[in-house]
Amino acid sequence: MSFEWVQIAYAALTVFIVINYGLIMTAVVQKIGARVGGRYGIPVWQNYIDLVKNIALRSKISHGVMFYLGPVFRLTGGIGLLLFVPTIYGSVMHQNFAFAGDLILALYFVFFGTLGMALGAGESGHPHAAIGVSRGLAQVTAAELPLALAVFAISLQYQTLSITEIVAAQQGGLFNWTLFTNPIATLAAMFALVGTMMRAPFDVVVAPQEIPIGPPTEYHSAYLALMQTNRVLFPVAKTVIYMNLFFGGASNWGEFAVKVFAIYMVSVLVGVVHPRFRVEQSIRFFLKWGLPVGILAILVV
Amino acid sequence: MKDIDKSFRKDTETEFPLREELKPRSVTAPDGQVIEIDPLQDYFCQEPPKVHKQSYFRIVEDFYNWARAHSLWILGFGTGCGAIEMRPLMTPRFDAYRYGIQWRPTPRQANLLVISGYLSVKTLKRAIRAYEQMPQPKYVVGLGSCTINGGMYWDSYNTIKRLDDYLPVDLYIAGCMPRPEALLAGFMDLKKLIRKGKAEGANKYAENFDWYKANQKSVIKDWDMPDYNW
Repeated sequence: MSFEWVQIAYAALTVFIVINYGLIMTAVVQKIGARVGGRYGIPVWQNYIDLVKNIALRSKISHGVMFYLGPVFRLTGGIGLLLFVPTIYGSVMHQNFAFAGDLILALYFVFFGTLGMALGAGESGHPHAAIGVSRGLAQVTAAELPLALAVFAISLQYQTLSITEIVAAQQGGLFNWTLFTNPIATLAAMFALVGTMMRAPFDVVVAPQEIPIGPPTEYHSAYLALMQTNRVLFPVAKTVIYMNLFFGGASNWGEFAVKVFAIYMVSVLVGVVHPRFRVEQSIRFFLKWGLPVGILAILVV
Repeated sequence: MKDIDKSFRKDTETEFPLREELKPRSVTAPDGQVIEIDPLQDYFCQEPPKVHKQSYFRIVEDFYNWARAHSLWILGFGTGCGAIEMRPLMTPRFDAYRYGIQWRPTPRQANLLVISGYLSVKTLKRAIRAYEQMPQPKYVVGLGSCTINGGMYWDSYNTIKRLDDYLPVDLYIAGCMPRPEALLAGFMDLKKLIRKGKAEGANKYAENFDWYKANQKSVIKDWDMPDYNW
């Protein structure tokens, strides 16, 4: 991996595009949900206004150093996840800092934000935050198991740990995608996708009606703005990994937009038809259904 | 006619002593360490609210006010019968979301406190705590005639009459009860106030903090919380 200074500018451009894409896409998804429910729904630019509003709030209070660092870690997790995998395959500008072992780093970054949030929310001292964090860590850990197994399965299949090479191997037609060459690994990974998107049925972590709203209970103003930024960035970054690993990657921004939206809608569709799991139910679900599929994926390879 | 007259004032020190669990005490931990606990000091900030200045540049403040007006986050806190009039706003028939109005479950993330009807003294205590935890700038909307002059609870022994004596109200929506349409119209008016920079209730509260506290303490009999609940 060779490094040039212009890569930093390119990476910043990638982050900028992805944040804007995420802000609009999540609003569009909310609007679709509203239209299905017979409502007009929020304007598509509502996320921008909310962001400005939260930055514009005048009073900010702190509960300590980790309270500051929690949202920062969370955003670092999102940006790190995005920057170390190729966003657009074959593009010099949006190749980011992809390198030979980026698959392992990506697995780590998926978890990084949750851990940072656990520290920050723990410092806020709110009981609901503590409950939310313990639920979140338990659930994410259980949901990561099938993903880790699926990742091992496809790195065995392609004999590489580089996401760029995995994408390269899937080029040249629909049926070269991992979705068709290794459907079992894809299925196992989709368990993890649905499980870590913070949407129903796995959204007991934030559960607004039960523990007002879990880890971010005490977060407000600019802290919340940082977390909102991550909230739109992180799902897209995670979906980019899935797109690269299982759905053939994207060679331009148009393909990127369509594929990310389609993969994101999987978790949305699962969410709207299933009620919320309790945390022990969701862990049991992942161990009972996700884990065997993951093991099967490794065995088949 | 104010709530704060002689008949309402109570000798709180003797009539309503501090609850046992709120008194300062020392606790021995399992490992033998002795810890001094003062619940009213340890868990809350004692600092009074500050007056927050507007942005230096008019154009920046106008831009911020525009964003604040189009992103009203209401605290999901219902008092009295008006709470039921707020719920239809989320439904397809009225759909307040299209105006940038959302409900947030925690006061830390809310900007707008809707006092939706009569406010009993017991609930006033919770409303004050919720209001003080909200970040600046924050707005209060009084819903229904009960918040204006007591309404049908005018001579009730346990509800307050004028909400404005206890929290700085930016806007009243009159009626008993106002329909959801009236609420929407009220929110539109509040937006205009915010756009003009006239909704500075939080600063008013900070400036007249002593007056508000005196009013609050004169009706809340068991004041077992610090003066300012951050």
